[in-house]
Amino acid sequence: MPTITYREALNQALSEEMERDERVMLMGEEVAEYNGAYKVSEGLLKKFGPKRIIDTPISETGFSGLAIGAAMYGLRPVVEFMTWSFSLVCFDQIVNNAAQVRYMSGGQLSVPIVFRGSSGGGLQVGATHSHTPENWYANVPGLTVITPAFPDDAKGLLKAAIRSNNPVCFIENEKLYNYKDEVPEGEYLTDIGKARIRREGSDLTIVSNSGSTHRALNAAKILEAEGISVEIVDLRTVKPLDFATIAESVSKTNRVLIVEENKPFAGWGAQVAYQIQRELFDDLDAPVHRLCSIDVPQPYNGRMEQAVLPNEERVIAAVKELLA
Amino acid sequence: MPAADPAVKNAKTNTSSRLPELKPQQKIDLLRQMMLIRRFEEKAKQAFTQGKIKGFCHLYNGQEAVAAGTISVLNEDDAVITAYRDHAHALVRGSEPNACMAELFGKITGCSRGKGGSMHFFDIKRGFYGGHGIVGGQIPLGTGLAYAQKYMGTNRVTLAYMGDGAINQGAVHEAMNLAALWKLPIIYIIENNEYSMGTSQARSSAGDPLTKRAGAFDMAAIQANGMDVDDVRAKTFEAVSLARTESLPTLMEIRTYRYFGHSMSDPGHYRSKEEIEARKNADPIENYKRRLIEQKVATEESINAIDEEVMAIAQASYDFADSSAEPGLDTIYEDIFTPEDQIGEFRPDIRQ
Repeated sequence: MPTITYREALNQALSEEMERDERVMLMGEEVAEYNGAYKVSEGLLKKFGPKRIIDTPISETGFSGLAIGAAMYGLRPVVEFMTWSFSLVCFDQIVNNAAQVRYMSGGQLSVPIVFRGSSGGGLQVGATHSHTPENWYANVPGLTVITPAFPDDAKGLLKAAIRSNNPVCFIENEKLYNYKDEVPEGEYLTDIGKARIRREGSDLTIVSNSGSTHRALNAAKILEAEGISVEIVDLRTVKPLDFATIAESVSKTNRVLIVEENKPFAGWGAQVAYQIQRELFDDLDAPVHRLCSIDVPQPYNGRMEQAVLPNEERVIAAVKELLA
Repeated sequence: MPAADPAVKNAKTNTSSRLPELKPQQKIDLLRQMMLIRRFEEKAKQAFTQGKIKGFCHLYNGQEAVAAGTISVLNEDDAVITAYRDHAHALVRGSEPNACMAELFGKITGCSRGKGGSMHFFDIKRGFYGGHGIVGGQIPLGTGLAYAQKYMGTNRVTLAYMGDGAINQGAVHEAMNLAALWKLPIIYIIENNEYSMGTSQARSSAGDPLTKRAGAFDMAAIQANGMDVDDVRAKTFEAVSLARTESLPTLMEIRTYRYFGHSMSDPGHYRSKEEIEARKNADPIENYKRRLIEQKVATEESINAIDEEVMAIAQASYDFADSSAEPGLDTIYEDIFTPEDQIGEFRPDIRQ
């Protein structure tokens, strides 16, 4: 199996789905002639031409709304946000139009659209460019929220998202674009709404997603040397939540730490924690513990930003606190 | 550079094709549509006062010539999208008055199954794409309809309506830039009733006429008298021709006036009774009636008969809505997601 980057995996998914279905097109800032701000769309203009790989002005409300309208009419647009942080200026279009127009029309409309782009902190780009918005969108009925952590899931889930007949927020992680791993060639689909055990263990379960899954894995390797066995559930899809996989793991380990990059108040981990205490109370040997970014705007300074993120040291400390 | 009047300088309108004269029966039908809108809205007003319609209800009285005139030059497969003052657009597009009134009553027989309400009428099979509640938010959507029409190689066009208040929303300007940049077959129609809710145009919008906003995008712009349905038709036809033959957008400003408040909950203290009465003297329906009588297309008797007919339709829609069933509470969970057909279903039942 070839080893490719997360970026190349996304590129493969786009390319394969565009070959498969002429209604699929990609629209966004710098996606065509510049080959993508993060090079996810590299080579696609050459392959598919300017009708289907479309450079937009810096105008998220305009082009995201346009793409939603085009989806209502039968196209299957993929909209790239240079970063999800910029989706804030078109929040209305995503929430009120993409997510809710089917419901408001009594089921007359479909909105087969994928919004995708980078997200997350750790690159010293400051408070405006470092958001992890999965909890904001997961709060909206009608939206599916996907946050792949590995190249194979990036490919398989993006292909599935493009084939979905409903709006999907596909939230990539800027720090993972160069991450390499094995990815199957050609047709490879990953089920939306299914978590994956990325590491088996017996002492406690970490539930995480996206970049936080990598922090958890790094921490687990260090903890292993100290004789602590950590199981890691990578959500992959935040909504719909695969609670069954979480429950199975927690029932086995009886201790759970949630690691998410969201700010703490009303992050997705709060929902997971609620469901665990509600449904698995008798299985727990310790209170559910939750590690998030610190509740401050993202600072530019590198040491400060690392301290704000749920970094490996904080994960290790949280695990030890939970096992104490 | 001196400021150009975009209404003149940018009017690259197609003069090769001309608006065909309506046949007598078509004129009668146009009048009937406007009269139906008025009687429907009066019935809605009555039902709101009785407490049978809740929430917001924005009436169209006074503006009838805009929806009726503009849509009258469209083909059946063209697209229409508007804001929340949407009852008339649906009716003119051919939606059943019964289904429209039932939607206002929140009934399962409503055009949006009781989930949309007054602001969110939809009738996709008749090319009516809503009914949108956020000011200006529908304008990017309409631009996307036109984008898809062009992408798919159709010869269709989109009419995207907004009120005069919407022209100050960023979404509108972003969408107009894209339409001009990508040459999309869309006509943006400002229904300028002079008030964005309670704030007059003079207090909300710099620059008059509002068609000036098109100048920055090198977009054609045209104004019409919204109290004269023939003028609305003629000007819309120019814009539609430009969209259909050259795939170019137009910004239309149609000057009109609403007789009632912004919504049913608006007491209307921001304008005088004298102003409203004066504007009613230019009523678009009375104007058109007079014209048809002058043209000997209609008589007072024939018009009275039409009025009886549309009043009966409005009353029937009320009766239908009133006697229709409430939606079952299990329908709360319906219409959220389109069934999947290219991948497996992945959403657990929300009820669990």
